Amino acid sequence: MAVETPLKGNIGESIKRKEDDRFIRGRGNYLDDIVLPGMLHMAIHRSPFAHARIKSINTDAAQAVPGVVAVVTGALLAQHKLAWMPTLSGDTQAVLATDKVRFQGQEVACVIATDPYVARDAAMLVEVDYEVLPAVVTPQQALQPDAPLIRDEKEGQTSNHIYHWEAGDKAKTDEAFAKADRVVKLDTFYPRCHPSPLETCGIVADVNSATGHATLYMTSQAPHAHRTLFAIVAGLPEQNIRIISPDIGGGFGNKVPIYPGYVVATAASLLIGKPVKWVEDRSENLISTGFARDFHMSGEMALRNDGRILGLRVKLLSDNGAFYADAQPTKFKAGLFHIVTGSYDVAAAHVEADGAYTNKAPGGVAYRCSFRVTEASYLIERLVESAALEMNLDPADIRLKNFIQPEQFPYMSATGFEYDSGNYPKAMQLALDKLGYKELRKEQAEKRKKGELMGIGVASFTEVVGAGPGKHYDIAGLRMFDSAELRVHPTGKAILKLGVKSQGQGHETTFAQIVTEELGIPAADIEVQEGDTDNTPYGLGTYASRSTPVGGAATAMVSRKLRDKAKKIAAHLLEASEADIEFDHGKFFVRGSPSKSKTIQDVAFAAYTNLPDGMEAGLEGVTYYDPPNMTYPFGTYLVVVDIDRGTGQVKVRRMVAVDDCGVRINPMVVEGQLHGGLTEGFGIAFMQLITFDEEGNCLGSNFTDYLLPTSWETPKFEMGETVTPSPHHPIGAKGVGESATVGSPAAFVNAVIDAVGHLGIRNIDMPVTSDKVWAALSEKGAAE
Amino acid sequence: MGQSITVTVNGEKKTAEVEPRLLLVHFLREKLRLTGTHIGCDTTHCGACTVLVDGTPVKSCTMLAVQADGQQVTTVEALAASGTLHPIQAAFKQEHGLQCGFCTPGMMLTSVALLQEKPDPTDDEIRWALSGNICRCTGYMNIVKAVKSAAAQMKASAAVPEAATASARS
Amino acid sequence: MLPAPFEYHAPHTTEETLELLDQLGDEGKVLAGGQSLIPLLKLRFASPAHLVDINKITDLDFLEERDGTLRIGPLFRHKSAERSSLLASRYHVMADAAPQIADPIIRNRGTIAGSVVHADPSGDWGTVLLALDADLVLRSKSGSRTVKARDFFSGPFSTTIEPTEILSEIRIPAAKPQSGGAYLKLERKVGDFATVAVAVHLQMDDGKVRSAGIGLTAVGPQNLKAERAEAALKGARLDDATIKEAAALAAEAAEPKEDHRGSVEYKRNVVRVFTERGLKRAYERARGGG
Repeated sequence: MAVETPLKGNIGESIKRKEDDRFIRGRGNYLDDIVLPGMLHMAIHRSPFAHARIKSINTDAAQAVPGVVAVVTGALLAQHKLAWMPTLSGDTQAVLATDKVRFQGQEVACVIATDPYVARDAAMLVEVDYEVLPAVVTPQQALQPDAPLIRDEKEGQTSNHIYHWEAGDKAKTDEAFAKADRVVKLDTFYPRCHPSPLETCGIVADVNSATGHATLYMTSQAPHAHRTLFAIVAGLPEQNIRIISPDIGGGFGNKVPIYPGYVVATAASLLIGKPVKWVEDRSENLISTGFARDFHMSGEMALRNDGRILGLRVKLLSDNGAFYADAQPTKFKAGLFHIVTGSYDVAAAHVEADGAYTNKAPGGVAYRCSFRVTEASYLIERLVESAALEMNLDPADIRLKNFIQPEQFPYMSATGFEYDSGNYPKAMQLALDKLGYKELRKEQAEKRKKGELMGIGVASFTEVVGAGPGKHYDIAGLRMFDSAELRVHPTGKAILKLGVKSQGQGHETTFAQIVTEELGIPAADIEVQEGDTDNTPYGLGTYASRSTPVGGAATAMVSRKLRDKAKKIAAHLLEASEADIEFDHGKFFVRGSPSKSKTIQDVAFAAYTNLPDGMEAGLEGVTYYDPPNMTYPFGTYLVVVDIDRGTGQVKVRRMVAVDDCGVRINPMVVEGQLHGGLTEGFGIAFMQLITFDEEGNCLGSNFTDYLLPTSWETPKFEMGETVTPSPHHPIGAKGVGESATVGSPAAFVNAVIDAVGHLGIRNIDMPVTSDKVWAALSEKGAAE
Repeated sequence: MGQSITVTVNGEKKTAEVEPRLLLVHFLREKLRLTGTHIGCDTTHCGACTVLVDGTPVKSCTMLAVQADGQQVTTVEALAASGTLHPIQAAFKQEHGLQCGFCTPGMMLTSVALLQEKPDPTDDEIRWALSGNICRCTGYMNIVKAVKSAAAQMKASAAVPEAATASARS
Repeated sequence: MLPAPFEYHAPHTTEETLELLDQLGDEGKVLAGGQSLIPLLKLRFASPAHLVDINKITDLDFLEERDGTLRIGPLFRHKSAERSSLLASRYHVMADAAPQIADPIIRNRGTIAGSVVHADPSGDWGTVLLALDADLVLRSKSGSRTVKARDFFSGPFSTTIEPTEILSEIRIPAAKPQSGGAYLKLERKVGDFATVAVAVHLQMDDGKVRSAGIGLTAVGPQNLKAERAEAALKGARLDDATIKEAAALAAEAAEPKEDHRGSVEYKRNVVRVFTERGLKRAYERARGGG
C-alpha cells in the first residue's frame, strides 16, 4: 500500500485529496444516485425541427400508457405563468414551447411516469402537428433583412439582432492604424462546442405539498444563485426552497444555467405531490444545454516594421441561438472578450460586438473559461502568429518584443482591465528552454528541405478570472462576491462552509489547506461543506475560475477573523497582553518566549470553556469577500506537430505548458487541473464540434459525432511553472481551472499553421481536422 | 414480460425478475442499488458504466441484464470489499488519477483487467487499454501514472499472499 | 435513451436457434456481441419484436485453420482476433484490423461475424474479408449455402442474408508462404468509424504477385472490392509504377460521399495513399519483414 503522506496541509503541500476516499469506492453521491420514496421519472418530448409553428399537440396516446402519471405541455405551464422563464442574460426562454419551436431538440412536452423506461416510451407517443418554417443557422443569415424572424413573440423585436456592444477607444485605435507600417488581418471562427462533462445535467425535485417546502437536488455549479432565480421564476418563497447540489461529475460551465427540465420537474412535483427525477441522456445534453463559443471574429493588428504592435481592432458576431441565455456578467454583452489585447502592451484597442438569434440551442456558457476569454485569447494569439508569418519574424521573438514588462504592473490595458501582476518573458523563456526551441527550429528547417511538415506552435496567454468586484460584475443582478463560514469546534476540529461548489476541483482538500495555513488546524481535521443552500452561506458559485480568487480569499479572511479572536483568548490563557502574542502555524506564544505557548486546539477549547470576561463564546465566523480586482493568470504553451501530407493527419509530438497562477495551494491539484484543461483545449482544437446542416439539424448529437479525446490521442504534457503572486489576493493565488483550456487551442492551431505557413497558408479554423489540413495543402499544391 | 435471472454480483447470487430490455447498468444501479457504476452516454463511447463480466471489462449500458444470467459481474463496490483498498484504488488516490470521480470506477475496473493480462504494462499499453474509457477532468496523465504505480505495487506484494487477495478478486 | 420492449430468447444450440429464427421470420433478430445492435435499440433506430441471443452457444466461438481453410465462428470476438498469434503471424490484414475496431472494451464483446452481418459501410471486417476473398456460410433450418464475400453485401446495412439464417462460419483460404497484408485506417479518434480504410492482401510468387486482394471501407454504399486494382497487380512485379497504378485504380473504384469527415476528393486521395502504403507494407511482410 502507498504510505499516507504525513503532511499537515499547509499551502504548497501536495496532500492527497480528501474527497477521493468515497469516489474510489464507488460511494460518491451523484444526482442520478438519489432515489426518494415514491419518486417519479420524467422524459422530455423534443422538437425534431429547428423552426416550426406548433399547430396542435395531442397527448392522448402518451397519457394512455400504463404507468404514466401526467403529461405536461406548455399550455399547462402557461396557466401557472411558467411557460417562459428569464435567462441569465436578461432575455426570456421557453420552458415548454407553446407557439413555435425555435431549435431542434427544444422541449415541447414532458411525461411523468412511474418508471424511466415507461416515461421514454410515452414521450415518443406525444403527437405534435407542426408547420415547418425556414431555419436560420448562421448569424450572418440571421441579420439579412429578409431573414425569418425567430423571436416573433417578443414585443418590439423586429429583427434577429440581439445586442451591440463596444469596448476600448475607437478614435485612438483609428489613429494607431493610421500610423502603422503594416496591418495584419485574420478572420477566424471559433466554432460551437460543448463542455460535455461526463455526468449530464439532472434534478430530483421534491416539493412537499403539505408544507410548500421544495428540496431540489440539482447538478448545479451555482446553487445559491439558482435558489434565488427559482424563487423569482416559480414564485416560491425563497426560504422554502432548498437546493442541494450533490457530488457533480464535471461541470465546465454546462451546469451554470437553469434549464427547462429543472423547471418542469419542479412544477410537476408541486402539482403531483411526489418527487420527480429528470436526468438528461447524452443526446439531450448535447443538443439542448449549454453550448459554448460560436464566435465569428475579425481581427486587425497595426504594427511597426520592427514588429511592435501599435493597435488592435476587432469585430465580433456571436451566434447566441434561439434565446439569449449566455451565462455572463450583466453589463458585458460579449463577456470579458475585451481582454483581447492579451499579454501585450498595446496602446490602442477597440472591440465591437453584435449578437444574433439563430435556430440553434441557446446557452453561450463559459466552457472552462471566464466569459469569452478563450475566444479573445485565441484571436490575439492567432493574430500574432499571422503577424510573425507576414513579417518573417520568429513567433517567440515577436511576443517577447511586445510583452507587458514585469515593471509595468499593475498595468492598465487599452480596454480597461487593470492587470494585477505578471512576468511574461520569464514564463516564455522557461517554456522555450524546456522544449529546446532552438534545436527544434533547426530540425524543422532540415525537415522542410526534405518536404516534411513539422510545426512549432507558440501561445502566451493572459486570462482574467475571479469576478467580481461586485460593483462591476453581477449575474442577473446578484453581485459576484463569495463567502466562507468557519466554525472551530471545542476539540479544535473545524467545519468550513462555502458559497462555491466543486465539480471535481478538489475544494474539500484545497480550501481546508487555506484554513490550515491561516490557523494551523491540520487539513485532516477540517470538513469542507458546499452545495446545500440551507447549510452554506450565500455565494455565486463555481465557474470562471472564481473559487480560489473569491471563495478562497473569503476562506483566508474568515480564518484571519477567527485568528484575531483566538489571539485574544490566547493572551488570556497565557496571561499576557494581546500585543505581545505571536502566532506561528497553529501556535500562539508570548514574544520572546516561544516555549510558553498555546495551540489553536487549546484556544478553541477555551473559546467554549474559559473565555476572558465579556467575550462572546465560540470560535466561528463568516466572511463575504468582494474582490478589489480580478486576477490575471498567464503562461506560455508550446506545441510540436508533425503532419502527414498524404492524409492531412496532425500528430502532436510534444507539448510544454508553463503556467503562472500565482501561489499554488496544492501543486498536485493545480497540475491535475492543468492536465485536464490542456486536454479539453486539445479536443476543441482538433475534434470537438457542434455543427448543423442547412435545416438546423444538429450534427453533433452524440459521442459518435461529438468527439472527445481518449487517452490514446491525448498528448503527454510537459509541465513547468513560475510563481508571480497576485498582490491583492490574501494568499496570492490567482485561479487555475481554466488557464489551459483558454491558452492551449491557439498553441495547437499555431503549431499546424507554423508547419504550413511557408506554403502561404494562414488559417485553418478549428477543429483542425485532417481533411481540412489536406485541403489547405492541396490548394497550395503541397499535398501528397 | 418479466424474466427471472440469477447473476453473481460481487460474489453474491442475486435473483430478480427483469424486463428483457432492462440494461445491465440499470439492473446494477436501480435494482441492486450499486450506484458506483455510472452512465455517461447512450452510444457505448464513454465507458463510465464499465464493469467486469466474468473478469472481462464490458460496457454495462451495452449489455442486457438478461444476458448476464448465470454470469459473474464485478463492480467497483467489490474492489475494497474486504475493507482494504485494492492497489488500483490506492494508486488512483496517491497519483491524483481522479477529479470529479465519475469515470473513475470504469477506469479502475478496466485497469484491473489490464493488469491481470499485462502485469507490467508500458505507458502506451496503458493508454491503449484505457482508450474506451473517457475522462473529462484529468487529461489521463495521472491515470496512466496510477496504473503504473498499481502495477509496481501489485508486483511488489505478489510475494505476500494476503496483499494479493484483493487483486485476485474478479 | 432506452430500448423499446422486445421478447428475448437465449437458445443453447444452433439447431434451437435456427428453429426459432424460422418461426420468427422478419420479427426475429440475432444478438451476437450486441455492440452495434444494442446502441441501435437504445436509440430506437431498431425495434425488433424478438431478440435471439446466441451467446449461450459457446461452441460458436472458434478460430481454426483446417483443411486449407481458416474458419471463424459466429461468436469469435474482436478481442480474440487482436490476441491471436495465428493471425499475427500469417493473417496480417486481420491482425492489423482487429485492434482498430471501435475501442478495447467494445472489442471484448463485439464479434467479427456480427460486424459483417451488420454491414455498416464504415465497418472494417467486411473490407478485410473482401481482400481475403472469403466465403460466408449461411445456415438456416432448411440447410446451408455458401456465398462469396463480394456477393454478400448489397448496400448500406444490407446483405443477402435471410432473417431465418445465421452466418455460421467465415471461411478464408489458408495463408500460404510469401503472403502478406495490411489494414490502414484513418479515424478521427479511437472508437470512431473509419473516414477511409484500405485492406490489402498479397500472395507473392517468386517476386511476382500471384493474387492481390484490396478492400475499401467507408467509401461506398457498402464495403468495396477494388477489382480492377487487383487485376492490375496480378502477375506483376511490385515496382513503384505498378503500386502507383494499382493505387490509382483503387482510388477510382472508391465512391465516397462528402460529409463532415471530408470531401470526395480527400477521401479518394486517402484511398490512393493508403493503397500505396498498404501494398508496400504487405509486400514487405510477404518477404518476411515488418
